[in-house]
Amino acid sequence: MRFMVIVKANKDSEAGVLPDEKILNAMGKFNEELVKAGVMLAGEGLQSSSKGARVRFSGGKRTVIDGPFAETKELVAGFWLWQVKSKQEAIEWLKRAPFEDTEVEIRQVFETADFAPSDPSGEIRKKEEELRKKVESQRR
Amino acid sequence: MTATDAHRAINAVYRIESPRLIAGLARMVRDVGLAEELAQDALVAALERWPQSGVPDNPGAWLMATAKHRAVDLLRRGKLLERKHEELGREVDREMSPDLDAALDDDVGDDLLRLVFTACHPVLSMEARVALTLRLLGGLTTGEIARAFLVPEPTIAQRIVRAKRTLADARVPFEVPRGAELAARLSSVLQVIYLVFNEGYSATAGDDWVRPALCEDALRLGRIVAGLVPLEPEVHGLVALMEIQASRLRARTGPAGEPVLLLDQNRALWDRVLIGRGLAALERVEELDGAGGPYALQAAIAACHARARTPEETDWARIAALYRDLGQVSPSPVVELNRAVAVGMASGPAAGLELVDALLPEPSLAGYHLLPSARGDLLAKLGRLEEAGKEFQRAASLTKNARERKLLLERAASCARGEPPPR
Repeated sequence: MRFMVIVKANKDSEAGVLPDEKILNAMGKFNEELVKAGVMLAGEGLQSSSKGARVRFSGGKRTVIDGPFAETKELVAGFWLWQVKSKQEAIEWLKRAPFEDTEVEIRQVFETADFAPSDPSGEIRKKEEELRKKVESQRR
Repeated sequence: MTATDAHRAINAVYRIESPRLIAGLARMVRDVGLAEELAQDALVAALERWPQSGVPDNPGAWLMATAKHRAVDLLRRGKLLERKHEELGREVDREMSPDLDAALDDDVGDDLLRLVFTACHPVLSMEARVALTLRLLGGLTTGEIARAFLVPEPTIAQRIVRAKRTLADARVPFEVPRGAELAARLSSVLQVIYLVFNEGYSATAGDDWVRPALCEDALRLGRIVAGLVPLEPEVHGLVALMEIQASRLRARTGPAGEPVLLLDQNRALWDRVLIGRGLAALERVEELDGAGGPYALQAAIAACHARARTPEETDWARIAALYRDLGQVSPSPVVELNRAVAVGMASGPAAGLELVDALLPEPSLAGYHLLPSARGDLLAKLGRLEEAGKEFQRAASLTKNARERKLLLERAASCARGEPPPR
């Protein structure tokens, strides 16, 4: 399963101040661990909200609002996409991240299974069996 | 923290830490089975202690220290010495000294690699390699492996016990093979990982999502091994192949669980993150001059499909050329049949038919329904509907899948009416 790990903005990230070398090194090491463990799918840091914009939808009307935006702690400053076996595993990985004074959010990504219809009659399971046989027969 | 929460947290920590833990211990005691027992003992200690004390700040170090103490106890009581040589005892004592702890950290990658090669050692059966690799490197529990492979848990438990005994009896050294042996052994590792992937890939519909989780396990294993031997192009080839194949998981089945063939899939459902990762891994293969390896070639074929925004954009000429290369490095009639289909798409149905016809005497394809099915397609495109109908009939009689039989019979009926079948 996948989780998005959402890092929030702070005064520095909003001011466009890059983290110092020590933090960058620690973060680089943490990212390396994630890559080595096959956990990291993607990850990006975001520039300050002053370089972004919002589009507000109100009925048929669209209004463009340029950044920066005020509520710093609610803004997203970066994210990771992780592949792990459980939420607990994501939590344990995140606890190893070199943050000091912030709150980082973990959110599960929807999988196809979450959209699958329920299977009261066992019909889907039966179909799966058929599919399995078919794929078996196609396999080299 | 409730006891259940604590147990979940501890199991998650163990999943993260156990490969490194077992690998480090195995180098000390030179016995993978014993190393895992020591790691398990440390887990039991954690399950006793952490619910009260909380999970320590550095849980991996705690587990390693606990397991090492246990190893030293065993040594002191002579249990290890009965089984091992005396010099080993000296080595363990030496490694126990605290100044070496930092040095040990640097060797983690080497230890993990030794663990990979030991778990996939040719002295073990393929089944045993798969179970041991998932257990020791993937950090899966016996129960998880059993559910994924649809076998009873005791079967997997026994398989693992026997595998460990085989490794011990055969005195398999805990080391990375060198020179010419390395290539053969690495290919065994990749085979194990791809087998795990295919176990998951063959079951992607319905509500049993344990097996498809094997695709994720295999991908993680592949990425781990790619990190351990970053200069081996075939590892990146395999990772690329798995990432791109996994990108289609969502599109491979319709709403009722029916299989959707590649060219009919909704490409909007393809996972762009995985495609991007797969293409990046393929670039790495090319940087390493490994584009000619069998996994790399299969990945390159998968990439041709991944790059095409619509089925019509597919670069069939390149696919046909890649199948030709693949047929040279790992010849197989099925590869040749795939090449024939690609040639039929690239150069027209007559050229494809010529290649398919050449495969007709092939004994290994005698009962293979996709041969008459492909031949029927090509004949229909050439307007030879009567012959095409017969081929679809024959394919229908060979397939074991009811849904596919129905589809093939529909196409046969359409040919009989003198109408070219759809697609």
